[in-house]
Amino acid sequence: MRTQDAHPVRAAWLVVAGLLAFMLLIAGCGGGSDSSSGGEELSKLGKGEGEVNLISWAGYVEPEWSKPFEQKTGCKVNDKTAGTSDEMVQLMRTGQYDGVSASGNASARLVDGGDVAPVNVSLVPNYKTIFSDLKNQPYNTFDGTNYGIPHGRGANLLMWNSEDVKPAPTSWDVILDPKKAAKYKGKISAYDDPIYIADAAVYLKAHQPGLGIESPYELNEEQFEAAVNLLKEQRPYVGEYWSEAAKQIQAFAGGDSQVGTTWQYQYFELEGAGKPVAASPASQGFLPSEGATGWSDTWMISSEAKHPNCMYMWMDWIVSPQANAEVAEFFGEAPAQSLACDHTAEKDFCAKYHAENPAFWKRVYYWETPVADCGNGSSDCKDYNDWVQAWTSIKG
Amino acid sequence: MATEAVVERRSVGHRLAGLFHGRPRLQVGALLAGPVGWLVIGYLGSLAVLLIAGFWTVDPLSGEVVQGFSLENFETLVNEPVYRDIVGRTVLIAALVTVTDALLAFPIAFYMAKVASRRGKAILVVAVLVPLWSSYLVKALSWRTMLSSGGVIDWALNPLGLSGPGYGQTAVWLVMSYLWLPYMILPIFAGLERIPDSLISASEDLGASPFTTFRRVILPLAFPAVVAGSIFTFALTLGDYITPRLVSNDQFIGNVIFNNISNNLPLASALALVPIVVMVAYLMVARKLGAFEHI
Amino acid sequence: MRLSKRSALLLRLGVGVGLAFIYIPLIVLAIYAFNSSNILEWPPPGLTLDWFPKAVENEFAREAFVTSLKAGAAATAIAIVLGTLASLAVARHRFFGRETISFLVILPIALPGIVTGVALSNTFTQVLGVDLSLFTVIVGHATFCIVVIYNNVVARLRRVSTSFEEASADLGAHTWQTFRFVTVPNLKTALGAGALLAFGLSFDEIIVTTFTIGAGEETLPIWIFRNLFRPNQLPIVNAVAVIVVLISIFPVYLAHRLTREEGGAATARGGGKVEAEATAVP
Repeated sequence: MRTQDAHPVRAAWLVVAGLLAFMLLIAGCGGGSDSSSGGEELSKLGKGEGEVNLISWAGYVEPEWSKPFEQKTGCKVNDKTAGTSDEMVQLMRTGQYDGVSASGNASARLVDGGDVAPVNVSLVPNYKTIFSDLKNQPYNTFDGTNYGIPHGRGANLLMWNSEDVKPAPTSWDVILDPKKAAKYKGKISAYDDPIYIADAAVYLKAHQPGLGIESPYELNEEQFEAAVNLLKEQRPYVGEYWSEAAKQIQAFAGGDSQVGTTWQYQYFELEGAGKPVAASPASQGFLPSEGATGWSDTWMISSEAKHPNCMYMWMDWIVSPQANAEVAEFFGEAPAQSLACDHTAEKDFCAKYHAENPAFWKRVYYWETPVADCGNGSSDCKDYNDWVQAWTSIKG
Repeated sequence: MATEAVVERRSVGHRLAGLFHGRPRLQVGALLAGPVGWLVIGYLGSLAVLLIAGFWTVDPLSGEVVQGFSLENFETLVNEPVYRDIVGRTVLIAALVTVTDALLAFPIAFYMAKVASRRGKAILVVAVLVPLWSSYLVKALSWRTMLSSGGVIDWALNPLGLSGPGYGQTAVWLVMSYLWLPYMILPIFAGLERIPDSLISASEDLGASPFTTFRRVILPLAFPAVVAGSIFTFALTLGDYITPRLVSNDQFIGNVIFNNISNNLPLASALALVPIVVMVAYLMVARKLGAFEHI
Repeated sequence: MRLSKRSALLLRLGVGVGLAFIYIPLIVLAIYAFNSSNILEWPPPGLTLDWFPKAVENEFAREAFVTSLKAGAAATAIAIVLGTLASLAVARHRFFGRETISFLVILPIALPGIVTGVALSNTFTQVLGVDLSLFTVIVGHATFCIVVIYNNVVARLRRVSTSFEEASADLGAHTWQTFRFVTVPNLKTALGAGALLAFGLSFDEIIVTTFTIGAGEETLPIWIFRNLFRPNQLPIVNAVAVIVVLISIFPVYLAHRLTREEGGAATARGGGKVEAEATAVP
């Protein structure tokens, strides 16, 4: 095997470089991120395909109600939990999943990106008895077309360790007013997502009315900067930004976090483990004085769903009275299904969670996707890109 | 053994061999076709396609990538101080981790290569390599619980009146140093083994103290191996996003890329160029220092 | 090498500190595998052996383990082929761009996993329109496993004198025969050890895998990640990790033996000292 300098090899490299350039060209012109058409709505329900791939919030898909579903329909449930709406959007864009339990700060993006298909509600019998104030809402209905089945709704809670945090807080100022937050430096737990900026906006709406904030998701330059600055002031006192529910549970259980924003799911888990946690009580309507951000979640179907029939069956199942009652009680949210209130283990569960009380939800600001269009004529509100970049600079 | 001229039918393999014989260019081409095709077209091509997005922008609502040429992302990266901070922080921790690992690894590697008995060496090699097989995630989580308030570290230090570092950049530095240590031990071990004992004996015979021998003979010969190991520790730290998420609130380059991948691929791609450029520069320096001979 | 008493002591101290650093977190991990509570506290409230049988019975864990084995085996096989081909070209020939190959081969492992993962995922789903699946995972893993094999084989080929191959050719063997009867036996142990390390790399990989795997499949790291944050699953995850570590002791020991057991004949003059090139590359 002799060695020899080889000019043809040089030529071979040129060919390779050429192929590379060609590939770039193709990617640039033709391929690239191909927006799916948005899909067609299913017109008839067929046989189940044997499995369904879901993306959901932690606690939404538990064996307690997914196993009976599997037995009844033969659709095996593969569930991937995501910690933030961003992750959900990212996963849906891969086209590998059949459906997702989307909050308002994901649904609009999914529809605009063509990642979800309209839902034919006539194929979902249990839809008829869903609470009417959840139907045809801006976060699940776009241009008059229905894009999903309501799952349930809830508010983001203020939770604290009752042994370490005294007196019991009644306002978000315990973590958002820099003077008060300093008391719990390093022990504050905040949600790790750009949407948390809205929490600051809710706070400012009550405490700085001069800013004129109406919706915490429609913020002009001045309002936005105020909210971002508030969070930058909070940053040094934050012990942990959480996106996985279980991470926050461990933090509270171990004493790394003493006060912060959370979901009912974590609160129940900690309470069940005997930890001294407390949250805004029912007497305060579960909310601090300023109100809170919240979410109203919708099951949406992927435009590239490989198992659409199973997905429809799932959507019908999860809002059936028994299952919806189970998931609502497990997670700690108001069920979407009106008939679920007769099936809850706790008799006055629905009353406690204001499931039938539209007035209550006026103080809860469901997650939405911020867009430039302020809705009042002007278009200078900050859009989601601005929120994401601001969040990066808040965390530092 | 047969001296008679046997007219045998040559096998296909034999004939193919004849085709390649005396044609080194063809041999090279055939040898390289597979790997080069895979790596250059498949891998580099994928990289290029991704990074080209760094020059594009995105429509914020639909998430659609708008394929018009723009330097907006790079401007953002340069002008916004937070991105500079993040890059600086990541590179700093990567450097710290590398130095820490080099310092921790050397005694172990030296002992394994030059001092341990045959059996001791076998035991040590297994002892060093086995942790590599115990899931990165579980090890990182183990550290998270160790670092939590009231965790093992606090529990051990409290009697001394100290407390652990808790979560934060120190934690990231500790955990990364921990995770990549085997990747530094192995190349140094191999490099040290290659140093013939006769050299060391000669140095001693010439009157050098052990320390001088170490400094003037062993260290220079082992240095390329250290550089080789450092490639891994530096690169692995530069790109990691899981550990910073688990034991700190700080954002590293990987975290920002991860957060922006879905809404703003162009920005993520632009940011991805940074570790690539850093590593390419690092690799070129490493090659000059002879590391590629010793990997 | 003769060390002064003090140096020897310092050395042993250094080794001790290093080993303690390596093993203390693992011991903590192991202790948590016996934790009787779901929530991680220190010290653990109680100990139980329950998690180990649960770990073994867990269907998802078993499936994920098998999937990881499959992916690792396939990725290693591909890496062996491609790595050996490339190293033969580089070690035995001179050509334009030879230096670049070493560089190219190490790139996948030197660049952040997230970049590799997203780039490959992008190419599969957008440019090629291929669904993500175990196959795409294997492609991703093979890409960074190549370097492990390549480096080992190149190092070995450089050490093995070409005179054997030339002698074989002089004796009438054609290219394949030389390759089969002379070159490969010399490479066997380098390949073996490299394969084990490549397999280990693939087995524990999470970031590239996250981006290249399909929805219905799981490798062991993906399963671990999914369950890491489910309070009632965490101890099972720790138990699984402990089991995997224990299982891995044998292959690792094997790797070491393979590299030690080198026939002296084929190696060029280099003193009887053991060359441990296989353990040179993670």
